[in-house]
Amino acid sequence: MPDDYFDQELPLEAKSSFIFLSLLLALLFNLLPLQGFILLLQPDFVAMTLLYWSIHYPQRIGMTLAFMAGLVMDVSNSSILGQHALAYCVITFFGMILHRRLRLFNSFQQAPQIFWILLIAQFAIFLTGLLGGTYFPDWYYFFPSATGALLWPVISFLLGIPQKPKRDPNEL
Amino acid sequence: METVPQFFRAGPSPQVRLFFFALLSILLMVMDARFSSFSGMRQTVGMIIYPLQRLAYIPATLLDQAEELINDFHLTKEIANLREQYFLHQQKLFRLQMLEEENAQLRKLLGAAQQTEIKAIMAEILYVPRDPFNRKVTLNKGNSSEIKAGQVVVDDQGVIGQITQVHPFLSEVTLITDKGHSVPVQVARNGLRSVISGAGKNNELELRYLSVNADIEKGDLLVTSGIGGVYPPGLPVARVENIEHDRSQDFAVIMCTPIAGVNRNRHVLILSLTAPIPEHPEEEPKHTTQQERRSRAR
Repeated sequence: MPDDYFDQELPLEAKSSFIFLSLLLALLFNLLPLQGFILLLQPDFVAMTLLYWSIHYPQRIGMTLAFMAGLVMDVSNSSILGQHALAYCVITFFGMILHRRLRLFNSFQQAPQIFWILLIAQFAIFLTGLLGGTYFPDWYYFFPSATGALLWPVISFLLGIPQKPKRDPNEL
Repeated sequence: METVPQFFRAGPSPQVRLFFFALLSILLMVMDARFSSFSGMRQTVGMIIYPLQRLAYIPATLLDQAEELINDFHLTKEIANLREQYFLHQQKLFRLQMLEEENAQLRKLLGAAQQTEIKAIMAEILYVPRDPFNRKVTLNKGNSSEIKAGQVVVDDQGVIGQITQVHPFLSEVTLITDKGHSVPVQVARNGLRSVISGAGKNNELELRYLSVNADIEKGDLLVTSGIGGVYPPGLPVARVENIEHDRSQDFAVIMCTPIAGVNRNRHVLILSLTAPIPEHPEEEPKHTTQQERRSRAR
């Protein structure tokens, strides 16, 4: 068990409005009109936000929400309906079954494990695309999973701010 | 009877949920890919996320304005350049006008149909999809600007693609590099007609089904032939990049690169549809009898 596990604070309950807002913001970041090199590196912010909520608050976020988010992403991406929906459901699934283990670690230690989950989700998108009849992409297609894992500490810090317990100045 | 306290109730297990949603999404994918039966739903969801897409575009416009501000310092030079270009083009335009009049005269003499003038609407590329599977882009003009599915999208150099889905304020363009997209073309040098198709890759097009001995060379310019009535004739599409003659195959493998900046430009032109496609002529009775005879023989 990692040393700093017992130093972790008990987070407050997340507000539904904040969860919704964070997903909306993530979608906004996904929709940025990037081109070329940066587009190749751009991680899937919606996937990472969904993963964060399903690890830290698995009771609050269900697969239905993930499925809906995936459909919205499919429409904006003009890909086959259900492609991202499936990937996001897979992400939420892994978040749900691994949340007890992942919460033992701090966000830096989580990052390598997040990489594999993001990679599996991307692989799901890749497989469904392949069945839809496309060519085999280059290896750098899987770059966003790596950048996503690198950005994981930042995102989990930002999403964790509102749930930080407030210190009572009069406590012992 | 076993009762579980409210606190421990968690609903179906993650495995069951994943199975359910995976089935649902596979069903959706099959329905969408095979029967494309969700265009209404796409439009509604597209309407909902439209403000978000606009919002995401703001940084790009800000960047544009900053660039313009910097460019202001070079304005005098640019004006001189543009003036020079203007005069050059003006001269060409005079010749074009003359030719157009001459063409109209000749057409009248021949009794041929008049060529329709093409109108164009300027649009901006709002969004490029993240995954490399779909070669589609989203433009910022839609139903409200009287855009219709099937219209051709070009830039200053050549054909970019065709509008395939129209939302109220947005429209989706399938690029010519998309795997399922074909354009009727002809070789500008000798008028050899063929159909060019996207390879699904960045910056690559395929000229399929041209026989090994076809008169085509590396560097040949391919322009739209106008056959099919969708693309107006004479728009540059691609340049032949590489020809492989494989004796074991019936057709030559001809790879081309698109001329237009399919994934470079921000501003594009949407051309209005050319003359409406005439209806198919009634089949002659002779033909049907032949078919009947054939089917009887079977």
